[in-house]
Amino acid sequence: MEERSWVEWFEQASTNDWPLDVWLILLHWELFAMGLLNTILLVSLSLFFGGILAVVLALVRTYRLPVLSEFVWLLTYVERGSPLLVQLYLIYYGLSQFVFVRESILWVILGNAWWCALIAFSLNTAAYTSEIIRGGIKSIPRGEIEAAKACGMSVWSQLRSVILPRGFRYALPAYGNEVIFMIHSSAVVSTITVIDILGAGRTLNGKYYVVYEGFLMAALLYIVVIFITTKFMKGWERRWLDFLVR
Amino acid sequence: MEDVVAYMPLVLEGFWVTIFLSVTSLGVSVLIGIFGALASLSGPIFLRRVVGVYVMLVRGIPDLVLMLLLFFGGQKLLNDVGYWLGLWDYVDLSKFTVGILTIGFIFGAYMTETFRGGLLAIDRGQVESARAVGMGRVILFRRVIWPQLVFYSLPSFSNNWMVLMKTTALVSVIGLNDVVYNSFVAGRAVRDTFTFLFVAMVFYLILSALSDGAFALVNRYYCAWSTSGERR
Repeated sequence: MEERSWVEWFEQASTNDWPLDVWLILLHWELFAMGLLNTILLVSLSLFFGGILAVVLALVRTYRLPVLSEFVWLLTYVERGSPLLVQLYLIYYGLSQFVFVRESILWVILGNAWWCALIAFSLNTAAYTSEIIRGGIKSIPRGEIEAAKACGMSVWSQLRSVILPRGFRYALPAYGNEVIFMIHSSAVVSTITVIDILGAGRTLNGKYYVVYEGFLMAALLYIVVIFITTKFMKGWERRWLDFLVR
Repeated sequence: MEDVVAYMPLVLEGFWVTIFLSVTSLGVSVLIGIFGALASLSGPIFLRRVVGVYVMLVRGIPDLVLMLLLFFGGQKLLNDVGYWLGLWDYVDLSKFTVGILTIGFIFGAYMTETFRGGLLAIDRGQVESARAVGMGRVILFRRVIWPQLVFYSLPSFSNNWMVLMKTTALVSVIGLNDVVYNSFVAGRAVRDTFTFLFVAMVFYLILSALSDGAFALVNRYYCAWSTSGERR
C-alpha cells in the first residue's frame, strides 16, 4: 500500500510543466534496467562468441589454409564492407521469407529477434576482430617465431605459448576500440523490436508521446556503459602491456 | 527476378540518395574536423574544453541515439525556441538535413582526432625552417604542411570514410529513402526482402571496393616519397 502511494505521488509530480519530465523516467526505471541488461547481454555474448570465431578465422588467414582462407577473406570482406543494419535486416527479415527456414528446427532461433541480433553481431565482430588479431600476429617480430621453431616446438605449442599470447597483446589496443564500437552499433537492435537501452527510450517516447526523455536517458546510460568499458579496457591494457612500458 | 528488375529504379534512387548523403556529410565532417583540430591545437582554453567534451560525447553516445535525438528532439527544440522568442514559426527539419547534420556531427569528432594527429605528427623544425627561409603562410601550408598532413591522416581519414558510408544506412530508421529503406520497401512489396536487402548489401560492397581503389591512388600520389612505400 505504501509503495502504491509513492507511485501515485510520482505520477502527480510527473507533469508537462517542466521541459524535462524526470519523474517519468524514474517511474519507468524497470524498462531501462531491462534495456541495459539486454544491451549488456547482447554485447558481451556476441563479443564472446565472435571472439572465439575470430581467433579461428585469424589463424586460417595467417596460415593461408587453401580454399578456407579465400572463403574467410570473402566473409570478412562482406561483413566489414556492409552496414550492420543491413546484415541484421538480412538475417531477421530476409531469412524468414523462406519456407524451408520457417519449417526447419532453426526457426526456433531465427524466428526470434534477439537470437538473430546475437548471430548478426557475433559474425560482425568476428570479422573485425579477426583482422585485428591477424594484424597483431603480423606485428610479432619474426625472430620470436623462428626461435620457437628452432627450439623444436610443435605448431600447437608455438601457437599456445608464443604466437597467440604475443598476438593478443599487440591486438589489445585496437580491440578496445572494437568493443566500444560494438556497444555503439548494438543500438540498431532497437529497430527489430528488441528492447535494448535505445529500445527502452523509444518505448517510453512512443508510449507518452514525448521526445527528449527516453532518448536522453538512453544517451546517458550509453555514456556510463562506455565510460566503464573504456576504464576496464585501459586496466586490461595496463595489465597485459606492462612489459612494453618503460 | 522480374520483380527485382521492376523495382530497380526505386533501389537505384536510393543508391543516389546514399551516395549524396555520404558525400555531403563527409564535407560537413571535414569542415568540423578542421575547425576542431585547429581549435584544440591553437585555440583558447575554453574552445579546447568544448572540443574535448564534443569528442567525448560522440565517443560515448551511439550514432543511432544521436540521430533519433536530433531528429525528434531537435525538431521540437527548434520550434519551442522559436515559439518562446517569437522569432520564427513552425520550422520543418527535413529528414535529409537531420541525416547530414547528425552524420556530419558524429564524424566531425573523428575527423577532429584525425587532423589533430596529422598536424601533431608534422615535425616542428620543418615549419620553423620554412619560416626561416622566408616562406609565407600560403606557401608554407602548400609545400610543407598540406602534403604531410595528407600523408599522416590518410589512413585514418579513409577509415573514417568507410565507417561513415556504412553509418548512412541508419537514416533509413528515420524514414529517409536511402538504399536500405527503398530496398526494404521494395522487398516488402513483392515479399522478397532477402533478395532486395542482398542487393543493398552488394551496393555497399561495391562502394567499399571503389573507395579502396580511390584511396590507393591518393595514397600512391601523396605517399610516394615515403621510404616504406605504403603507410598503413
